[in-house]
Amino acid sequence: MTRPTPRELLGRTHPLQGLLGRSLGIGLLVALPLVDGNAYHIDVLTVAWLYALLALGLNIIVGFAGLLNLGYAAFFAIGAYSYALANLQWGMTFWVGLPFSALVAGCAGVILGLPAIRVRGDYLAIVTLGFGEIVRIVVTNLEPWTGGPNGLLGIAGPVIGGLDFGVTSAPYYWLAFALVVLGVWMSQRLMRSRMGRAWMAIREDELAAQCVGIDTVRVKLIAHGCGAAIGGLAGCLFAAKQGTITPDSFDFILSVMVLAMVVLGGLGNPVGVVVGAVALTVLPELLREFAVYRMLLFGLTLILIMRFRPQGLLGARQIGRELKVRGAPAR
Amino acid sequence: MTPHAVFLQQLVNGLTIGVVYALIALGYTMVYGIIQLINFAHGEIFMLGAYLGLTVLALGGVAGAGGPAAIGLGVVGGLAAIGGCAVVGWLVERVAYRPLRQSPKLAALITAIGASFVLQNAAMLCYGARDRYVPNPFPVSQWQWGGVAMTGMQVLIAAVALTVMIGLQWFIRATTLGQAMRATAQDPVAARLMGIPVDRVIAWTFMIGSGLAGIGGALFGIYYTTINFHDGYLTGLKAFTAAVLGGIGNVPGAVLGGLLLGLLEGLGAGYLSSQWKNVLAFAVLVLLLLFRPRGLLGERVAERA
Repeated sequence: MTRPTPRELLGRTHPLQGLLGRSLGIGLLVALPLVDGNAYHIDVLTVAWLYALLALGLNIIVGFAGLLNLGYAAFFAIGAYSYALANLQWGMTFWVGLPFSALVAGCAGVILGLPAIRVRGDYLAIVTLGFGEIVRIVVTNLEPWTGGPNGLLGIAGPVIGGLDFGVTSAPYYWLAFALVVLGVWMSQRLMRSRMGRAWMAIREDELAAQCVGIDTVRVKLIAHGCGAAIGGLAGCLFAAKQGTITPDSFDFILSVMVLAMVVLGGLGNPVGVVVGAVALTVLPELLREFAVYRMLLFGLTLILIMRFRPQGLLGARQIGRELKVRGAPAR
Repeated sequence: MTPHAVFLQQLVNGLTIGVVYALIALGYTMVYGIIQLINFAHGEIFMLGAYLGLTVLALGGVAGAGGPAAIGLGVVGGLAAIGGCAVVGWLVERVAYRPLRQSPKLAALITAIGASFVLQNAAMLCYGARDRYVPNPFPVSQWQWGGVAMTGMQVLIAAVALTVMIGLQWFIRATTLGQAMRATAQDPVAARLMGIPVDRVIAWTFMIGSGLAGIGGALFGIYYTTINFHDGYLTGLKAFTAAVLGGIGNVPGAVLGGLLLGLLEGLGAGYLSSQWKNVLAFAVLVLLLLFRPRGLLGERVAERA
């Protein structure tokens, strides 16, 4: 851990961000599967960590660099299918598959980023939406390789020293949680790095960023690549956990849900988007007792939260301020 | 069928669905033009239109093509779809968009998604999760020209859509409210200073757009004979791409985009395979945006995220 600078100390008052709170929170969450014997709880939270990973990846693209993306599920799909195919065809193990999926998805992110450099805002959202749909439909229709709508079966899970993860959820819980903690840590480091500041600069004012010498093309491509790589990582973990993947796991609704998690949790705040992901995964489960009204209530909750906290649950302080003063005289 | 006739037949089928896309795309484009917001719940309003039409037909006991009574009920169903959807559109604007007008745009995107969940599930609760059969109250007739068949329903869809679109164009150009809409789209602040009730104008825009989607939905349900609560999503997505294709915010552009997308799909389904037709639509959209980001008829480049 690096020592916080005085500026950070002044800017950060959230108790969870203190070192003590951080280790306590992480410790509690690591110990949870040992304390809580309920496999259902652990399973739901494992899914939540998976979503949190996706949200962290999308947060780099949308939250840091301000590039709206509505096709993020594509990178999740690319990661999942690259590990699944590599595992089934070449017998690639999970631990090799993890970086491999991230690499393939990251490259896909850069390739999508190249043509998308020319469009901005809502138009970028539509291009990425189109890309997401294209990936899903291509995967559905390339039956000889991807198994078409039936998907791929028998994907191997991770093995550590002869211990197969099998179908138990606790090891996946720890693995996914470890990746989330790593992701949050990396995001926070990135945010304060030269690259992170460049991303925020193009998010706030692309022209001004260009004028102070930021290579906007390169910076945008790196944002797409990094975000997509994390999506690929999550995809690999998902494929290994499920053992089978089908194209309908990667539809537009998923892209929308992950975006909702990022916005709800607080754009640009890595801890916030994890909270958003957990909230939006756990909430439908809590509403399960309302049976058929579940998704209806879920939609209403989304509307209400946004209505009363448009900056998200843990909106990045900085972003909130920037968004509010836009158009008003700056202090 | 001769290759020529096959081509023409696909053209007719494609244009029919294209007209429906155009009707929905108009709502997207009007709302975007006025408040730069992608109304993600619009596809669901289209789906509600189909259900509302079905409700009137079911209440009237229409099982299929009948006499004047059935035709009358069909017309009433269409009107109910317009009215009902306009009310729902107003409600969505009031609850999900108006409170967030000063908030970051992404927040409004999320409430739009929330509204879309609510409408979809409300429809599922009211009408069930299965496909519902929609009877055709209009006399079944078919015309043949040199191997190309055209059904009465296709003619009806084209006629209704054409009337509505011409009416809309007149409305926007000639009426006071239309003028207020154009003014608000151009500059909301200046419009307010000129005494235009901006909030009311925006509400009207939602209502008109939703009414258009409603009649589109009612026609769509009868044309495809079934409706499902999921139908709003993909059709809405495609209509949205149609709006972008034509240049979002541009009313004639939405019509052009809808027709082009329909044509593309019709020809894609005929000559490639129906599985790949969706890829075709999205691929053309992506390519078009890359080379002409403002769409075919778009005047200004919208960059506000």
